[in-house]
Amino acid sequence: MSIPRPKPEKFRLRRTMMFMNAQKPGLIKDAYIYGADSIMLDLEDAVAENQKDSARFSLYHALKEIDYGDTEVIVRINGLDTPHWKEDIRVCVAGGCDGIRIAKTESAHDVQVVDEAVTEAEKEFGVEVGRTLLMAALESPKGVLNAVEICTASPRLFGVALSGGDYRKCMQVKVIPGGIEMLFARGFMLNAARAAGIQCFDTVFTNINDDEGFRAEVKQNIEMGFDGKSLVNPRQIPIVHEMIAPSQKDIAEAEKIVRAYREHAAEGVGVFTIEGGKMIDIAFVPGAERVIKLAKASGIYEGDL
Amino acid sequence: MELKAVGTAGTLESSDVMITLEPKDSGGIDLTLESSVLNQYGRQIKAEVLASLERLGVKNAKVIVNDHGALDCTIKARVECAYYRGCGCDMDGRFDWGGVIR
Repeated sequence: MSIPRPKPEKFRLRRTMMFMNAQKPGLIKDAYIYGADSIMLDLEDAVAENQKDSARFSLYHALKEIDYGDTEVIVRINGLDTPHWKEDIRVCVAGGCDGIRIAKTESAHDVQVVDEAVTEAEKEFGVEVGRTLLMAALESPKGVLNAVEICTASPRLFGVALSGGDYRKCMQVKVIPGGIEMLFARGFMLNAARAAGIQCFDTVFTNINDDEGFRAEVKQNIEMGFDGKSLVNPRQIPIVHEMIAPSQKDIAEAEKIVRAYREHAAEGVGVFTIEGGKMIDIAFVPGAERVIKLAKASGIYEGDL
Repeated sequence: MELKAVGTAGTLESSDVMITLEPKDSGGIDLTLESSVLNQYGRQIKAEVLASLERLGVKNAKVIVNDHGALDCTIKARVECAYYRGCGCDMDGRFDWGGVIR
């Protein structure tokens, strides 16, 4: 009994990406219930060194036999400096996951090595070449500084994510409320991702009892322009979804922009003003369309666009 | 490939199953099952374990199954892992995904 999954969509909504230990069957079977946009089944840090084999068998059957519905299924593989990553890729592709998260990415070469191994596995297991998506986790100063080349390293790459634990360790800093210690990494990575036209995800917030701190970080993530966040606890999912949802005021304005643009475009006018005197040109349209898409995904859109 | 030593996989946690395979020279499969859901699912668990062993080509073995409500996909995964461990396989070797592992 194998449950087929549709072809993964490269630029889907990924507000929340929740980590789960691929080795823990009790967790995986309920994964889709939590409502995260993506789950990340972990073969890396969550799995003890002597259980790497066991986690793969568990992952293979979980990929084949559990129905995840619309939830995207990503697998975090072991680092390229370990003996595990090649077989990790074979099992990911054979099982038909939607994407692979490359741990500790430091260069475009790292992404290309994984891309080649994925292509080889797709051919071996009769999977359409190019189906399996990639994302790269930047976990070191070198990785962050090479974000520009990493973000353009493969057509499979849908996004980059920051991994704060290792990065802070390398930088010899601790978690600071307000995030001054991560300011450069977050800003630089966002710029690299946007320049390459891919998505960008912030690191996990590990103190699950600090709701106020978590909300402050999510607020900053949204203001900086992140597409979503890696999470460690299902309790964090509804908080992100609620905070990332556009306000009714934002939705109303986005609707005005999209409608006015369509009307004026038909008449050949490129720059115009909307109610309230705000000047609008084509540069505002993608943002407005994104607000409406987000509102729909958040279940709060009642209009007809 | 052949079961050469005792192979164990899984845990005693809820929703998991611990499988132990011990090689034998003859006498077929000798299966002992303990389960928290023995009355409802005992037969199904046994059938799943035996089917996995057959795919893997295990003809003679002592098998101990200690189940705590594992799904079918977990039962298969643990049997396969115990078998390859008992065979002394390289944990990062190339496995037959979609072949005998299915």
